[in-house]
Amino acid sequence: MKILLNKRVEEFDKDSISVSEMLDLKKFSFRMRIIKINSILISKEKYDSTIIRDGDDVQMVYLMSGG
Amino acid sequence: MLNMSIAEIKNHLRKFRVGIAGAGGLGSNCAAALTRSGVGTLVISDFDVVEETNLNRQFYFTDQVGMLKTMALKENLFRIDDSVSVVTYQDKLHKSNISRIFSGCDVVVEAFDKPEMKEMLIETLQAEMPGTPLVIGSGVAGGGNNEAIRCRKIDDTLYICGDEISEVTENMLPMAPRVEIVANMQANVVIEILMQKK
Repeated sequence: MKILLNKRVEEFDKDSISVSEMLDLKKFSFRMRIIKINSILISKEKYDSTIIRDGDDVQMVYLMSGG
Repeated sequence: MLNMSIAEIKNHLRKFRVGIAGAGGLGSNCAAALTRSGVGTLVISDFDVVEETNLNRQFYFTDQVGMLKTMALKENLFRIDDSVSVVTYQDKLHKSNISRIFSGCDVVVEAFDKPEMKEMLIETLQAEMPGTPLVIGSGVAGGGNNEAIRCRKIDDTLYICGDEISEVTENMLPMAPRVEIVANMQANVVIEILMQKK
């Protein structure tokens, strides 16, 4: 499947993956972040149960300390 | 904003209410820019007092050390424009009071220090005030590296300002130039959103 990840096309071998699987596959290890799929914010507790499908628009933002 | 006088811009911005979550480096400087631009009402939330170490980047003065940031900021904003309305909250923000404090705001600026607080604010506001644009700051530490600082629109309700990399650590502290650049970028996004609003 193909998805948009931060507005860039990304391909995965599977037809669908959970948010947690996507984070593992992409080796995104920094934990302070927010993720939106098709403009819907996905809370941390739902990373295992939320499925990313072909054509989804996934956006991720790292939250750095300092303000 | 094309072909508008400063008085016309101020007259338009006067109608709006902007929430600012945190009155540190991002929040205090953002509030100053919004007041100078003419935004009518600012809702500012912070529970801290001004410390001497804040003065390298935050919009406070030596004689305000020890004052509540909300009170000191209100005083400073009135010195810029005494027609601005400033609503202040000294409560620590948590899931259950955020949407009550910021209800009625046309835009909210996230200006917290700790990433856990940023996350909590974003999750709560996007769930409880879904149509309200939120402008967050992420990546302000250190000096130099101008070209890395940017603003990114995720969608109509979420904007990110900062380099999204530079974390504040013991070896990388926040300083006035980069913090103020990001604070003013956040203010600039707010103005852009409000100028398009009727």
